[in-house]
Amino acid sequence: MLTQGAPTHRLPATDLLAMYETMLRIRRFEEMVYYLFLQGDMPGTLHLSTGQEAVAVGVCTSLRATDFVTSTHRAHGHAIAKGVGVNALMAELFGKATGCCQGKGGSMHVGDVRVGAVPSLAVVGAGIPIAAGLALAFKLRKTDQVAVCFFGDGATNEGTFHEGINMAAIWDLPIVFVCENNQYGASTHVSKVMKVANVADRAAAYGIPGVVVDGNDVLAVHEVTVEAVARARGGSGPTLLECKTYRHGGHSRSDPGSYRPEEEVAYWKTRDPIKLYREWLAGQRRVGEAELAAVHVRVEQQIDDAVEYARSSPDPGPELAIRHVYWEGSA
Amino acid sequence: MRKLTIVEALRQAMREEMARDHNVIILGEDVGIEQGFGGAFTVTLGLSEEFGHDRVIDTPISEAGYAGVAIGAAMAGMRPIVDLQYADFIYCMMDQIVNEAAKLCYMSGGQVKVPIVVRAPVGATTRGAQHSQTPEAMFMHVPGLKVVAPSTAYDAKGLLKTAIRDDNPVIFLEHKLLYGSKGLRVEVGALNPVGEVPEGDYTVPFGQAVVRREGADLTIVATLLMVYRALEAAQRLAAEGISAEVIDLRSLRPLDEEAVLRSVAKTGHLLLVDEDHQACGWTAEVAALVAEKGLAHLRAPVKRVTSLDTPTPYAPTLERAWIPTPEKIFAAALELVVNGSTHTDWRG
Ligand SMILES: Cc1ncc(C[n+]2csc(CCOP(=O)(O)OP(=O)(O)O)c2C)c(N)n1
Ligand SMILES: [Mg+2]
Repeated sequence: MLTQGAPTHRLPATDLLAMYETMLRIRRFEEMVYYLFLQGDMPGTLHLSTGQEAVAVGVCTSLRATDFVTSTHRAHGHAIAKGVGVNALMAELFGKATGCCQGKGGSMHVGDVRVGAVPSLAVVGAGIPIAAGLALAFKLRKTDQVAVCFFGDGATNEGTFHEGINMAAIWDLPIVFVCENNQYGASTHVSKVMKVANVADRAAAYGIPGVVVDGNDVLAVHEVTVEAVARARGGSGPTLLECKTYRHGGHSRSDPGSYRPEEEVAYWKTRDPIKLYREWLAGQRRVGEAELAAVHVRVEQQIDDAVEYARSSPDPGPELAIRHVYWEGSA
Repeated sequence: MRKLTIVEALRQAMREEMARDHNVIILGEDVGIEQGFGGAFTVTLGLSEEFGHDRVIDTPISEAGYAGVAIGAAMAGMRPIVDLQYADFIYCMMDQIVNEAAKLCYMSGGQVKVPIVVRAPVGATTRGAQHSQTPEAMFMHVPGLKVVAPSTAYDAKGLLKTAIRDDNPVIFLEHKLLYGSKGLRVEVGALNPVGEVPEGDYTVPFGQAVVRREGADLTIVATLLMVYRALEAAQRLAAEGISAEVIDLRSLRPLDEEAVLRSVAKTGHLLLVDEDHQACGWTAEVAALVAEKGLAHLRAPVKRVTSLDTPTPYAPTLERAWIPTPEKIFAAALELVVNGSTHTDWRG
């Protein structure tokens, strides 16, 4: 069941549909890259956000194009939700010159600063103080921008979490900390590494609001983010949002996830954020079945095109390996 | 004697040491979870079932934290093995290792010892810049630390035992493409050498290099995966009538100076091969060593093949351009022996 009667509900139908489309785009993108990985077309490793799409979309739909997000090793969803094109993203995963980071980053380092997606950082917790630094610049330069920092439950046990949030709090920085609590850090359940029930409870230690929200409810996530972003932009400082969610698959491409009880996995699949949202949309009758069907066709086509684009793109030439060690000026 | 992979040899070393000394414990992320991974590359698989969760301790993702915990426990009598998922995250432990662990014995005037082993999986495997580094040089630079890098199963077990029994902090490098991890952890392009490993107790001392292939025309010094690439290059060189000697350092600090000088005295040519960056890497240290103590033996300038002095690129094509390959080692060796020697008066 999704949030009923919330103000989000009054969003125009086009926005509601756009949120659905973005969630679906993330889902299909990741299903496709996983398939390609199994085919042997994808180097390296993959961390999929399948099952967590409502967080990326609920949060990023509350932002302006000029706002910035930081992300982690599990970055595809955040990048797509913030507006990184699927062609450039797919090409990056293929290691092609047309990738969003010229094939030099890879799955764990995707982003496009033109749309406010800082190339993601794969060292757990590293992005937290860095996001605070973005927010410090926004404040000092009076740009009216907001920083959003995505991280997992596991990251909250790094020292950077404490240090980053504390500084953001004492300086009232325009930032929203978004913890995607999918209940595991790799194979480790949160209850093994944290004594408090909620990550959001830790907000009290920094004197900032901590909010727990159903991370599989895109409207609820949107709702709380709108409020936190308004607070940040208004100069009242950070909020720690904890979105309770679940990843459908393993931690990375090599993980069957056998440490998770089957019933738990099955339960969360019944709470698939895309399925829940679609049911809600159907109940609202503001978006027609035909429109939803058209979204599916469009997304399918986009993903197929992205694969085609990536496959036909050139490999980066070896000369690219030695470029960009130092700043070469804006492109 | 049983043939084991490096993963199996490391696991056997830890199992034997834990049975031998109840003060040996393991600390790390995902090292002992039921139905879990056994660390990022299965090395600790089964050990929590055998020794319990009091001794195979699953930590939060708190590298600086559990490095510090290990140091404290070590000062109070334990022998902690600190497990890292990727060597890259050792930088999160930097203060604890470099300012604390490495200096406590010295600063205390010899009152305390810090017997910890930090196990760090190194090597580029198309995962990009933050899951690929081989950061040996950073630690070689630090007085108080020891750094070892086994390339065979035999050495993996013997050196790990020595590391665990050593009373000082040891940085223990393991190569992802040499592990021999099985099942879903199989790595593309892995070599996974298996080797004979004696059941039961033996150790490999620190500071002893080993000659992996004897030769007369040039000395190739390497570590970890690069030992195998050097051996492959040596085989091709043999077809060209060039006889290469390949030395596996195994131990970077202490460094077996004698082994290098002895070989260079014989061959007169030195090629250094390292997967780490070139600037200030161990290749620079060994080149300086030969410049100081063996210059007279050299018939040509020292040559180095290393990864580029750039972060690790993700794209497989770029990674190949970045890392030393058998082809690059072969070409450098050829150039060194053929062209290098023609400049008989290279010292001016
Ligand atoms: C500093 C650091 N330590 C360990 C790792 C290896 N690692 C990658 S993801 C991960 C789990 C992260 O858990 P969480 O923060 O909950 O994010 P999730 O994977 O669930 O999205 C670990 C341990 C890392 N990338 N960086
Ligand atoms: Mg998690």
